[in-house]
Amino acid sequence: MSDQQAIAPAPAWRRYSAAPPLLLVGSILLYVGVALWTGQTRMLETDGVIGLLQRMVGLGIVALGQTFAIIAGSIDLSVANLISVAAVLASFIMQGRADMMLAAVLIVLAVSALVGVVNGAIISRLQVSPFIATLGVGLILQGLLSASFTDFAGSVPKEFQLVAYSTFGVVPYSVAALFALAALASFVLWATRFGAHLYAVGGNAEGARLAGIRTDLVTIGAHVVCSLSAGLTGLYLASRLRSGAPWVGRDGVYDLESIAVVVIGGTLLAGGRGGVWGTLAGVLLFATLDAAFNMLGVSAYPKLVLRGAIVILAVAVYTFRTRGHVA
Amino acid sequence: MTVAIQGGRERARAVALVRRVNFAVVVFLALYVAVGLLQPNYLEPAGAMNFLRRAAPLAILASGQLFVLISGGFDLSVGSLVTLTVIGGSMLTANDPSKTWSTIAALYAIGLFVGLINGAVVAYLKTPSIIATLGTLLSVNGAAMMWSGGSPRGYLPDNFRMFGRFVFHDVPVIGIFPLAVAVLVAVCALAQWGLHGTVFGRRVLAVGDNPRAAELAGVRVEFVRLGVFVISALSAVTAGVMLGGFGGVSVDVGRGLELQAIAACVVGGVQLLGGRGTVVGAVAGALTLTALFALLTLLGLPQPLKDTAQGFILIAAVAIGAWRRRRAV
Amino acid sequence: MSKAILGLVAGAALASFASGALAQNFDDPKEFQAAKDLLAMTPEGPAGKPWEQHLGGKEVDTSKYKKPGPYRICFSNAGVDNPWRVVGWTTMQAQVEVLKNDIKSFTVADAQGKDDKQISDINAFVSSGNCDALIVSPNTTAALTPAIEAACQKLPVVVFDRGVLTDCPVTFVNPIGGYGWGIQTANFIVSKLPKGGKVLALRILPGVDVLETRWSAANRIFKENGVNVVGAEFTGGDNAKTKAIVDDYINRFGAIDAVWMDAGATAVAALEAFEDAGKPYPIITGEDQEDFLKKWKEKGLTAMAPTYPTYQWRSPVIAAVRILKGEPVIGPTWKLPQPVIMQADLDKYVDDKMPPLHYALCGCKDLPGYPQAWGGK
Repeated sequence: MSDQQAIAPAPAWRRYSAAPPLLLVGSILLYVGVALWTGQTRMLETDGVIGLLQRMVGLGIVALGQTFAIIAGSIDLSVANLISVAAVLASFIMQGRADMMLAAVLIVLAVSALVGVVNGAIISRLQVSPFIATLGVGLILQGLLSASFTDFAGSVPKEFQLVAYSTFGVVPYSVAALFALAALASFVLWATRFGAHLYAVGGNAEGARLAGIRTDLVTIGAHVVCSLSAGLTGLYLASRLRSGAPWVGRDGVYDLESIAVVVIGGTLLAGGRGGVWGTLAGVLLFATLDAAFNMLGVSAYPKLVLRGAIVILAVAVYTFRTRGHVA
Repeated sequence: MTVAIQGGRERARAVALVRRVNFAVVVFLALYVAVGLLQPNYLEPAGAMNFLRRAAPLAILASGQLFVLISGGFDLSVGSLVTLTVIGGSMLTANDPSKTWSTIAALYAIGLFVGLINGAVVAYLKTPSIIATLGTLLSVNGAAMMWSGGSPRGYLPDNFRMFGRFVFHDVPVIGIFPLAVAVLVAVCALAQWGLHGTVFGRRVLAVGDNPRAAELAGVRVEFVRLGVFVISALSAVTAGVMLGGFGGVSVDVGRGLELQAIAACVVGGVQLLGGRGTVVGAVAGALTLTALFALLTLLGLPQPLKDTAQGFILIAAVAIGAWRRRRAV
Repeated sequence: MSKAILGLVAGAALASFASGALAQNFDDPKEFQAAKDLLAMTPEGPAGKPWEQHLGGKEVDTSKYKKPGPYRICFSNAGVDNPWRVVGWTTMQAQVEVLKNDIKSFTVADAQGKDDKQISDINAFVSSGNCDALIVSPNTTAALTPAIEAACQKLPVVVFDRGVLTDCPVTFVNPIGGYGWGIQTANFIVSKLPKGGKVLALRILPGVDVLETRWSAANRIFKENGVNVVGAEFTGGDNAKTKAIVDDYINRFGAIDAVWMDAGATAVAALEAFEDAGKPYPIITGEDQEDFLKKWKEKGLTAMAPTYPTYQWRSPVIAAVRILKGEPVIGPTWKLPQPVIMQADLDKYVDDKMPPLHYALCGCKDLPGYPQAWGGK
């Protein structure tokens, strides 16, 4: 890591990576190939493709935020627990009442932002490594949540279920929202000062500080974005599952999987390089694996093995030319 | 950088190190006394021995994880390797005591293989260890499930289980002496010697402190990385044999142990991203966590608050460590 | 900073107070009574084939689903993440093999314990056009309801194990369930326990509906009979943790007379804790897993094994084929018998050839591939 920090910030073109197009093409080939091979051509029609995109939403939203944290040289292991908190809180506050929707959404987002501030502050002010800080915060959240709620808490009203179950024509709101959020995230990363600072801090924190960037605020900002995205995923899950339970985040393994898709998508774990479109391509690959294994009707265990191998191989492809040291 | 500054820093670092280790041991003793007050049985020698037996697998995992952490990496694959060890043990022995030793040898061979893969991916493919071992975690878990079809096919014979379960009775002074405690002591001694008494151990510290400088000083950094992941994997197999022995066959015995092992090290004052840590600290950290869990059970707190307490302790341990370092500089 | 943490803690504390009033009702007297009534019923249907039997219930007409075979059946599985589900899934595949003349294809999607994935899996099945009937084993009840409601519009659906909050499926196959388990086990302990005896309840996880109802029913009976329950602890299904907890209780109370379990996976570990402490075995209720049955027989325990029988995995396949043939099935709720293993029939179920985590009531001995497919020798 120390070597990468010594390199000057990458020129803009270097931030582009070949990863997103390659992953995109690979996923499409895999999906189409398996569908043709198993004769399930209906999966290539609108419904099938929409179903595939729908599989991306939950992981996709949180992975967008995780991309921010990782670009800033941090990492967030608390997202899975925060997703559970958000989902439970949303359905607990709504209690099936439409008039509480706005309040619930605002409270969930406020709590999420607060968790992001706490994460960022522990990392930047108390100088606790991001791994431990977010692991610790995640444990604290999960403990409080599970001590307070043991099952699905409350429920969301019909109106709120529209978030997950309604469509513009054939495109579900949630899929459209995922891509809109990705576009927004991409804009923030590329066209705002905050975005530029994220890359600067992730690429070389000391250099960024010497250049007058408030690195602590940037770290906090990255974590607020990450936590907000976890909150949104929680809201989406509450809508899709009609209620929130304290295990929805953990069972979805959103912490490790979001990190995996971000780095598969070409974002450097050490920070300073990467982007959200690569992340979305990584999410698409994971969704495609799920769909393809279903079409093949193969048991889930080989998929676990394959998924692990893909994580290692994909990242190794980016990293093996790295000179210097990585641990 | 002059020699004098360097010497001064080392001394300050040594002082800080002693302080931190003391800190973890002190916290452990305080917690243990609290446990003992609630349940006097823990203060008797037999109770203490049982406590150590309970803590042994985590302490062994932590002392293996320690090497990886000191070298600057993480090993997230150990929990899944514990699971694979228990499931593999039951598949290979199938309740035939004569197969125990060959099975244990085979399990260590598997551990060696996994450790070498982890090490090679990190050292040669330059993949950050969090990701590399996350990948191995997924794969090893899947492999354990594939091997057993999701449900292990055999029992573990008694001579396999003795490492985690056998207890010498009627021992003078202490009353009982679990074999697991002997294994724990042996592993700790081995780790202590390996880290603080060998050239390899010094190189691990050097690599974790500054890999570039270590390389310039002639250290084969890749070999050191291979070595630490192998050590961690072998400790995971050892912990797996102990846990399988203590509890018998189950399919999710290793779940979450990787984070507990890292947490134990961190509580014991090990610095993440490398360069600092002691075996005493790692073991004290593991004992602290075990005592904490026992205390929370005895207090009758809702189970999930155990996680919350662990989270606070983790953050506090690291924050205090960082604060002390800043003050020392 | 510290204010932020304080705020968080205060907020969570508030939430936990508030939730006390709102805990889900796992202790429903009506359900308790219904389970009691079901336990008293005699199952109808073919003798020796409990997976085709039913307790009460009416036949529903399925002639509108009738179509020529062989059929393409799809199965959305919640997961195979524990031995109970593994045994059940193996049994189900063998049942498909038995009906291979009627079943052209049997496609499974494994949700790996994720509600979100299972919803997508069901949607994909419906839009694939490759399914004549859909079998679902829901991961959770509430979350899967909308997806199943949507599937019901397109094709006949059979649900088993956990239910859903809609009666649109043609039938929902399940045994008597958690209240029945609690009643059966607690009554056994009450009948065997010496006066003033101490009972330790070992539970797996909080919040899981099938487990919560087992405990609520048992606890109700314990309270009614003034049984001294010294503790109810969660083991997380972890053997080592179970032993540690039991060890602590033995030390604290000197002796534990009975152990009640909401699931049998850690029963042997609990018994080993008594062995290791040099104490006599307690009265115990476990489950129909071979390792427990074997221990029971070897050590001559005072024990019983309630079951949540894995043979229920056979019934939905049979039901799906019947529905597509237009034959009537029991519905919209099909209650299967839920036997217990007592001392008298222990020998019938102990089988050294089967693996330790095999479930004896798999109803699989007549199925192709037995015993190898279940890991037996």
